[in-house]
Amino acid sequence: MHDKTLAELARGLAGGQWTSRDITTALLERIERLDPTLNSFITVTGEQALHDAGEADEARARGQAGMLTGIPLAYKDIFCTEGVRTSCGSRMLDNFVAPYNATVVDKLRLAGTVSLGKTNMDEFAMGSSNENSYYGPVRNPWDQSLVPGGSSGGSAAAVAAGLVPAALGTDTGGSIRQPAAFCGITGLKPTYGRVSRYGMVAYASSLDQGGPLARTAEDCAWLLNVMAGHDARDSTSVSRSVPDYTSELDKPLDGLRIGLPREYFGEGLDGGVDSAIRDAIRVYESLGASVIDVSLPHTELAIPTYYVIAPAEASSNLSRYDGVRFGHRCDNPDTLEDLYKRSRAEGFGEEVKRRILIGTHTLSEGFFDAYYRKAQQVRRLIRQDFLDAFRQVDVLMGPAAPTPAFPLGETADPLQMYLQDIYTIAINLAGIPGISVPAGFVGQRPVGLQILAPHFAESHLLNVAHAFQQATDWHQRRPDIDGSEPA
Amino acid sequence: MQWEAVIGLEVHVQLATQSKIFSGASTAFGAEPNSQACAVDLGMPGVLPVLNENAVAMAVRFGLAINAEIPEYSVFERKNYFYPDLPKGYQTSQMAQPIIGRGEVEITHGEGDARLVRIHHAHLEEDAGKSLHEDYHGMTGIDLNRAGTPLLEIVSEPDMRSAAEASAYLKALHAIVTYLGISDGNMAEGSMRCDVNVSLRPAGSEQLGTRAEIKNVNSFRFVEQAIAFEIERQSEILEDGGRIVQETRLFDPDHGETRSMRLKEEANDYRYFPCPDLLPLMLDSAYIDHQRTLLPELPSEKRHRFTSELGLSAYDAGVLIATRPLAEYFEQVHAICGNAKLAANWVQSELMGRLNHDSLTVEESPVSATQLGELLVRLEDSTINGKGAKQVFADLWERRGESADELIEAHGLRQVTDSGAIETMIDEVIANSPVQVTQYREAPEDKRGKMIGYFVGQVMKLSKGTANPQQVNTMLREKLDALL
Amino acid sequence: MAIEHEDVRRAAHLAMLGLDEREAERYVSDLSRILEMVDRLQEVDTEGVTPLSHPLDTTQPLRADEAIEPNRRDALQACAPAVEDGLYLVPRVVE
Repeated sequence: MHDKTLAELARGLAGGQWTSRDITTALLERIERLDPTLNSFITVTGEQALHDAGEADEARARGQAGMLTGIPLAYKDIFCTEGVRTSCGSRMLDNFVAPYNATVVDKLRLAGTVSLGKTNMDEFAMGSSNENSYYGPVRNPWDQSLVPGGSSGGSAAAVAAGLVPAALGTDTGGSIRQPAAFCGITGLKPTYGRVSRYGMVAYASSLDQGGPLARTAEDCAWLLNVMAGHDARDSTSVSRSVPDYTSELDKPLDGLRIGLPREYFGEGLDGGVDSAIRDAIRVYESLGASVIDVSLPHTELAIPTYYVIAPAEASSNLSRYDGVRFGHRCDNPDTLEDLYKRSRAEGFGEEVKRRILIGTHTLSEGFFDAYYRKAQQVRRLIRQDFLDAFRQVDVLMGPAAPTPAFPLGETADPLQMYLQDIYTIAINLAGIPGISVPAGFVGQRPVGLQILAPHFAESHLLNVAHAFQQATDWHQRRPDIDGSEPA
Repeated sequence: MQWEAVIGLEVHVQLATQSKIFSGASTAFGAEPNSQACAVDLGMPGVLPVLNENAVAMAVRFGLAINAEIPEYSVFERKNYFYPDLPKGYQTSQMAQPIIGRGEVEITHGEGDARLVRIHHAHLEEDAGKSLHEDYHGMTGIDLNRAGTPLLEIVSEPDMRSAAEASAYLKALHAIVTYLGISDGNMAEGSMRCDVNVSLRPAGSEQLGTRAEIKNVNSFRFVEQAIAFEIERQSEILEDGGRIVQETRLFDPDHGETRSMRLKEEANDYRYFPCPDLLPLMLDSAYIDHQRTLLPELPSEKRHRFTSELGLSAYDAGVLIATRPLAEYFEQVHAICGNAKLAANWVQSELMGRLNHDSLTVEESPVSATQLGELLVRLEDSTINGKGAKQVFADLWERRGESADELIEAHGLRQVTDSGAIETMIDEVIANSPVQVTQYREAPEDKRGKMIGYFVGQVMKLSKGTANPQQVNTMLREKLDALL
Repeated sequence: MAIEHEDVRRAAHLAMLGLDEREAERYVSDLSRILEMVDRLQEVDTEGVTPLSHPLDTTQPLRADEAIEPNRRDALQACAPAVEDGLYLVPRVVE
C-alpha cells in the first residue's frame, strides 16, 4: 500500500481493491512506526483521518466519489487547518489552532481527500535543510544522517518514506523542488498566482506559492487540478481558467526544444549531479527533443536579489506576531515594548530573526533605494532572462540543486546554506512554474532534474515530466527504510 | 513684527462603505468590542486583503469633485510600525503613487470672494482599532472593530492663512464628501478627523517657517481654536527671539490649548514598501467616465447657480449649500413657490431658526419642504399676509395641521383684498379717529408718511389681521389726502 | 555597505526584537556578510528599468462592498493570550 502512487491508490479505491480506511489505517500504522525517527510530522491527526476515511468510503458506496475521494494527504504545517494546530515550525505558533482552513485545504477536503496531519518544516519556511524547525530536524529517508532539504522537508520525507502518497508544500525560493530532489520524489511549484495563498502563512508574499509533492508528475497533475484556480480571498490569484492538467500528460515530445542554461552547469555544481542531469537530457533527446544552449545572464544576481526582497517582505509579514491576538506571549510583560520584544525574541528562531533584521535594515530610511528598489529592478531583468529564453525554447532544464542531500549539522554558515537555492530561486523571482523529477543518484543520494516552463504552462511542464517518468524508473526507486528502522 | 500664518490640513474621512476596505466585516459604528473584527482585520496568520470596489469608487468620485488628476495606476504600500491597535504591525496605505493626485477645493468665508485651496493628493488607507484605557487590572483593552475601516486621507497644500480659512476649508470638504454621499461626515463619531500643520513667517516672506503638527482636531470650532492658540503661541516665541520646535502637539478642547506630545517618536522609520499582497490598482478612462456620471451637483456648482441664476446673495448661497439636505430642501421650496429670495429668507430665518433652537437637522424638520413651499405660494398670491404666514408655519411646526391651506381656512387667515370691504373699514376708522385726522391734516407733508402708520394699524386690527396691508396703505393715503 | 553594531540595534528596535549583546554581535557579523553578498547588485546598470513588485503584470481584482463576515469573535479569540470582555489586553499604553 505504502509504495503506490496516488493514481494507483485511486484506481484501487475505484475498483474496490481497498477502502480509504484500509489505506489510512496502514499509513497511520507506518507513521507510528517510522516517524519517531524521521520526524516528518509535527502533528498527526489519526482519529480525524480514520473518521474522514470512513466518510469517504460511505460517499463512494453512495456513488458520490471523485478521483481523489479517500486519498490520504499531508499538509506542510504552514497551511491553516481549522481546529488543528498550525505551527509553521515555530515556537511562536506552537499554541496556534487555526480557526479557518486555507483555501487549498478546503478545496482538497471538498474533493474527498483525507488529511493525516501536518508536516515538519523550516520555521516560517526559512531554510533549505529543515534544520530550522522548532520541532527538530527531519531525517532523509534515503540516509538518516542526511537532511531532507527544505523548507518543505517534512512533506518530502513523508512522501519518500511512504508515509503518505502526496503532501502539500510551499515554495518561495526552492522549498518544494529542492527537498523533492533530495528525497527522490516529484515536486511542482506552480506559476505565481495559479494557486490561492489564502490561509498559507506568508513568508514572502510576492514569491510564495503552494504546490504538491508526490511520487509522479501524474499525481501532481491530479492534485493541481483541485488546487488551482482563482480565489476571491486572494487578490494575487489569477482568474484564468483551469485546464485538466492530466489531459496532455501523454502527448508525444516530438519537436520539443529544451534549453540548457549554461549558468546552471557552471562552478559549484557537483560532478555526480552534473552527469545525472546530462544523462537525463539524453533520455529526452531519445524521445525526440532537441537541445539548445541558452543563457540566463542575470542568474548570479538571483540570490542577492532574493535576499533583499524576501527578508524585506518577511520582516513586514512577521510583524503580526506580537503576542497580542494569538501566538506566543512572554510571561509577565511589564510594558508594551517588553511584551513585543520578549515575545518575539522567545518565539522566533535564529534564522527567522536574521531575516527580519536584514529586511528591516534594507527597508529603512537611507537604504531603501540602494537595496529594495535596486533589487526590484534586477528582478525585472531576471524575469526578462526567462521571457527571452522562452522565445527560443519550450522548456528549460537543469539541476534542482547544486549538490545532493548533505549531512545534518554540516552547514552551519547561513550564507553557504543560501547558495543551495542557486538554481531554484530565480524561478520564484520570475514567477514561472518549475518541477523537480527524480533523475538518478549520486551514490545513494537522489538527484532532481528541474524543468521550467513559461507562466501558466503547467500542462506542458507536467507532460514533459511525465514523458520522462514513462521512459525511466528513477521515480519508482524507494529507500530501504523498513529495514533500517530502530528496534 | 507682522507674522503670517501658513496652514495646511490633513483630513481623514471615513468612507461610508458597508464593509471594510480589505475584508467583508461590517463597518457599522458602536458594535460589541471585536465583534466586527474578522480574521483579516485581526491580521491572523495566512489571511489576505481584497480591496473593496466601493472604497475605490468613492475615492475616484471625490477626485472628480475636486478636479483632481486621477492617475491610471496607483499602488498600496505598507507603513510599518508596532502599536496594539494596528493588528498586522503595518498599515496598508498609499505613499508614492496615491489614487488621487493634485486637485483644488473652492472655499468662501464671510462676505469674501471664493478662493481655491490646492490639494496635494488624497489616498486610501485602513483605519486602526481603538485602545480603551479604562483599567483592566492595570492593562489596556484593544477593540479592533474599527480596524480596516476605509479612510480617504486628503492632504492640502499649506494654502490657508487664518483659522477662519482653515475652518472654511474643512467645511467645504465636509460639504463635498456629504454631497457625494461618500461619508456621513459625523465628526463626533470620528468620521472626519483632522490634523493641522501651522507655521509662521514674517509677512511678505516666501520661505516657510518651522511647523507644528496638531493631531486629531475633530470639530470646526476646535480647528479654529487650535489654530488661533497655535498662532498666538508661536508668535510669542518668535517675538522673544526663540525658535519653533518641529513637533507633534495635541489639542486639549477643555482648555482650548495645544500641548506638546512627549517626543515618543524617537526613530519613526515607517519603512514604506509596495504591499506584495495587493497588485497595482489600474483605473481606465471608461471607469472614471462612468464614475463621473454618478456625481451629483456639487456645492460650489450650486453656489454659482444660486447666485447667478437665482439672484441670491453670496452670503445666502453660502448658507444654503452648507449641506446637501439643506440645499435640496431650499430647492424644493423654491420649485414650489417660484420665488428664490422668498424661499431663501424663509429657509434661513424661520426654518433654520427653529431647527437650531430645537437642535434638529433639516432631515428631521417637522415642516416638510412641500409644506413650506405651499405656504409661500399663499404668501406670494396674497392669500395671506406675512403675519398670517408665520402663524401657519408655527402651526405646521407643532403639527397642528397637514397643510398651509387647511390651517389658513381653519384660522380664517384668508386675506381681505376686496377693496369694497377694505374701504368700509377705512371709513369706519377715519370716522372714529377725528383727533388723529385733524393732526394728519395739520402736519407738514414730510411727517404725514409716518402718521399713516396709526391708521393702517387700526384697519388691520379691525380686520383681525386679514386685510392686505399694501392695499390698506394705498387706499388710506388716497382717502386721507382727499380730506386735505 | 557595511553594517555597524548600531544599525543592528536600530533594526532590532524597529522590528521589536529583543537581542542580548552576544546575539547582536553575531548578527552584526552575519548581516555584514549577507549585505556584502547583496552589494553585488550595485554593479548592475539598472538605469531606466522599472522596478518589478509582482511577477505578474496584472491589475488587482476588486471585491463587492458587502458585509458578509459573521461575528466569530469567540473562535477568533480562542488562541488569544489575554482577553477580557471581548477586548485584547496589553500592558498599559500611556497616551
